[in-house]
Amino acid sequence: MAETARLYDLAKVLRSKNAGPFELTLDVMFDDEETYQTVKRSGVINRDLICRLYRVRPEDVYHVVSFDAARAIKITIKRPVDSGGIGDTDVYGAQQHAPLIDVMIPIEG
Amino acid sequence: MLGYGFPEASFRRGLGRRPDVIAVDAGSTDAGPQKLGAGTGTVSRQATKKDLLSILAGGHEQRIPVIIGSAGGAGAKKHVGWSMEVIEEIVRERRLAFEAAVIYADIDRAYLHRKLDESKIEPLGPVPDLTHASIDGAIRIVGQMGCEPIMDALDHGAQLIVAGRAYDPAPFAALPIRDGFDPALAMHLGKILECGALCADPGTAKDAILGYLRDDHFIVEALDDSRRCYPTSVAAHTLYEKSHPYILHGPGIELDLSECVFEPQTENSVRVSGSRTRATDKYTIKLEGASQVAFRTIFIAGVRDPILIENIDEITQGVADQMREDYREVPESDYQVLFHIYGKNAVMGSLEPRGEPGHEIGVVMEVVAPTQELANAICATARSTMLHYPYVGRKSTAGNLAFLYSPSDISCGPVYKFTVYHLVEVDDPCELFRTEYLKLG
Repeated sequence: MAETARLYDLAKVLRSKNAGPFELTLDVMFDDEETYQTVKRSGVINRDLICRLYRVRPEDVYHVVSFDAARAIKITIKRPVDSGGIGDTDVYGAQQHAPLIDVMIPIEG
Repeated sequence: MLGYGFPEASFRRGLGRRPDVIAVDAGSTDAGPQKLGAGTGTVSRQATKKDLLSILAGGHEQRIPVIIGSAGGAGAKKHVGWSMEVIEEIVRERRLAFEAAVIYADIDRAYLHRKLDESKIEPLGPVPDLTHASIDGAIRIVGQMGCEPIMDALDHGAQLIVAGRAYDPAPFAALPIRDGFDPALAMHLGKILECGALCADPGTAKDAILGYLRDDHFIVEALDDSRRCYPTSVAAHTLYEKSHPYILHGPGIELDLSECVFEPQTENSVRVSGSRTRATDKYTIKLEGASQVAFRTIFIAGVRDPILIENIDEITQGVADQMREDYREVPESDYQVLFHIYGKNAVMGSLEPRGEPGHEIGVVMEVVAPTQELANAICATARSTMLHYPYVGRKSTAGNLAFLYSPSDISCGPVYKFTVYHLVEVDDPCELFRTEYLKLG
């Protein structure tokens, strides 16, 4: 039977940051090839998931891309409010990764 | 990052490797538009001076160029001037001497009006189209220079180059590109070096880092014994704060890093190869301009009562409604009353998928209005309204808020917004940037 693991436990790096004042970028990175490939191949991290977790529209998810050389998956979304603008809640965008923590990834049992 | 500090020992170790250039990035738009708008910096003068003392002394003794990018933080004339004062003070005190170049990044408004009429300006991301009014309304507008103005200053024999707003990798990449190295490798190396040792593990922007550029690869070496560069840490930094992991846009250049290979070189250094450039059909410069849009007043308080916490959304809504009533002479569109409920959803706002509050919550109430006086007035009324606001089942009838400070209300001053965040197409990469040459010391 397939088991699952939390993304937070599988990832070496799970972070968020501004990519310019109007975009928020989420990086999920792994320190071994096997874990990276397991997560990448699972297909769990996709546009639909991001829309659901962050409650954003598909057109506001700019990228969901994997980068093999860095064993990384990057997700970039539109910021709800521009960095430092009225109503912004995280000027550097550094604490917006939390919804990804509990994403469950199927792993070989 | 200039002003973050670095261990003198690792900087000296780097100098011992006989580098060809010392470069440092001093800027960022990370902290929002207020540094550009207000003309202030992110780091203190004292911290900047301390870092510059080492850097200028190092450059002087090794007879190698020192290049500072985005001087003073936002890289406008005011920020560059601030940096030059510190530099001149050091030059005097330490009896140093430099042939210096100061490259200004402030953009002439008449130039932008003309470019706008020629349809040579487009938005960069989700910003409205540029208008003549937004050009005139911005407090200051800077352009993010590429390598070319810095290369030009090097050609003029400058040993110290203080550049206004610059593409972060440019101060690192300008000298090698001028000397004929592959621009893709030079820019990629610059992208990694510009945050100091953030590409090492443990990462920090408070340490020096060394790059070796060769014909078909580069090497990044950690300089402090407490950290090492690993292929994963260097690769990780490649995609740091970037929209896309391996396509990076810069002035006149587009990097494609999809085929990069990151390999261990020694136990504390990494070899990178395979960085490529893609041809760009036009040369564009990023424009940044900030406008003042409001004034802000806040208070900070805590809430511990469980029934009060349960009702917090109704209470904050009630307070905001009451303000519309109390200030009905002020147009509603003129001001905003915002609540940040820490312990519930203050960090993520509309992006927060969970909503259950903790056993205590923090309340930051914020009023933004066209004048400081009005922001103060509404904040004071809203504060007293919330303090005594009635709700169903209330038992703690003496007061709703545990204020952190007395006085409770804090005037925060002006609020800024990036009203210019666009790309302008140029004929010459240097046409926006004015360079002054001077002899220091």
